[in-house]
Amino acid sequence: MSTVSEIDVDRPPVIARPWTGARIAGTIAVGCWILIGIGLIAYLVNAWNPELFNRYAPLYMRGLWVTIRLVFISIVLGALLSIPIAYARMSDNRLLGAIAYGYVYFFRGTPLLAQTFLVYYGLGSFRPELEAVGLWWFFRDEWYCAIFAFALNTAAYQAEILRGAIESVPRGQWEGAASLGLHKFQTLRKIILPQALIVALRPYGNEIILMIKGSAIVALITVFDLMGETRRAYSRSFDFQTYIWAALIYLTIVEVLRNIVDWIERIITRHLIR
Amino acid sequence: MQTLLSWGDQGWLDDIFRGVLVTVQLALATLPVGLLLGFLVALAKQSAEPTLRIAGSVYTTIFRGLPELLTLFLIYFGVALPIFTYLFPGASDQVTSFIAGMIALSLVFSSYASEVFLSAFRAIPRGQYEGGYSVGLSNGQTMRLVVLPQLVRIALPGLSNLWLILLKDTALVSAIGLADILRQTQIAARVTKEAFLFFGFACLVYLVLAIISSYGIGQIEKAVGRQDMAK
Repeated sequence: MSTVSEIDVDRPPVIARPWTGARIAGTIAVGCWILIGIGLIAYLVNAWNPELFNRYAPLYMRGLWVTIRLVFISIVLGALLSIPIAYARMSDNRLLGAIAYGYVYFFRGTPLLAQTFLVYYGLGSFRPELEAVGLWWFFRDEWYCAIFAFALNTAAYQAEILRGAIESVPRGQWEGAASLGLHKFQTLRKIILPQALIVALRPYGNEIILMIKGSAIVALITVFDLMGETRRAYSRSFDFQTYIWAALIYLTIVEVLRNIVDWIERIITRHLIR
Repeated sequence: MQTLLSWGDQGWLDDIFRGVLVTVQLALATLPVGLLLGFLVALAKQSAEPTLRIAGSVYTTIFRGLPELLTLFLIYFGVALPIFTYLFPGASDQVTSFIAGMIALSLVFSSYASEVFLSAFRAIPRGQYEGGYSVGLSNGQTMRLVVLPQLVRIALPGLSNLWLILLKDTALVSAIGLADILRQTQIAARVTKEAFLFFGFACLVYLVLAIISSYGIGQIEKAVGRQDMAK
């Protein structure tokens, strides 16, 4: 009786992955992206112009800072404004509900660009009246107008996010809290919001990303944000790489933000994973 | 105000109406291209083949990460303008802008649509495919006869949302000179100095388009739902 030596037992051969149509198509598609990537790098290396870079890099950074400030201020103001709107949307008062609905419908149904024009150029039609009430300094300035329009716009979206999140919490939570003798506001703060904000995190993250992308349109009312600086650089140099640089910066910001939101979500939903 | 918003030489209503036509044409021309591209990208992203998945993800990452306005400028200055000036020097700038707008909006629309299709694909159980194969349908037939009808119904709410976003995004093409609603009202506002009236009117027109779309979408949803009930 001889025992089988270990050498005789081979692992089954690895089956080679067949070259299916999908694999060929996928390889070609990835190849295209790699070629585009290489082409882009080659183009940027080839078009490298220290003079251009030295001249516009600080301007781009300044523009980026303007973009970030604009988005941050509008999001915060919008968040504050969204609370009464969401409250009105959910209230039993018909009139309040209708007004809030109209507000949300208007700002979500029309393009942000049209709203920005309406504020910046449109309110300029009321210059005498605005001067009379002493608000002209505000609506004369494209920076304030941009913040004004953006805050109103994002407030409508954030109100809907807030409302959706609060309504996603089951009624029983309200009733349970009420039966423990918690006040309505306490219930909201201690029971409802902690659960609602988990639901709201991803939409809020998306809203911030949408605002960063949407903020590019302020370049059209001559605010020199990242997009504005890009347009200025292009109109002076006629060098297309100015747009490529802006695209890379925007892509980086959005990707970083997206990953941050993913990371936060992973952390705050840790207790929900079974 | 009545003369400003009247039809004909005195008023601007006819000019704005031409802008409405351009906006609607652009959105309608973008829709099928965006849907088809989005569907193909979703197919790639749900495929078992890793290279296809990577290629699809790169596509969505890029076109969802770029601001729509920047995508538009990239396509306009980087692709459409050079091609048209070298190959078709006779083409009017309106055609160039229209094509550039169509391409850029299709890219943006399709990258979002691919996500909608992808989640719809995930909502369809494997058994549907297996059932299709077990009655002898080919890959393509299973997709067309079994999966697609269900997919459309699941994806419809997401897609109708994207259509409304697309309608609003068309306003950006005014920045590259296409005579859409916003561009026409901008001209009217500049000439008449009645900016609030005209931009307010533009907003109303967009609202009306959104309301008409919502009505149409409701009808489509009803039709799709009814078909389902009859079975």
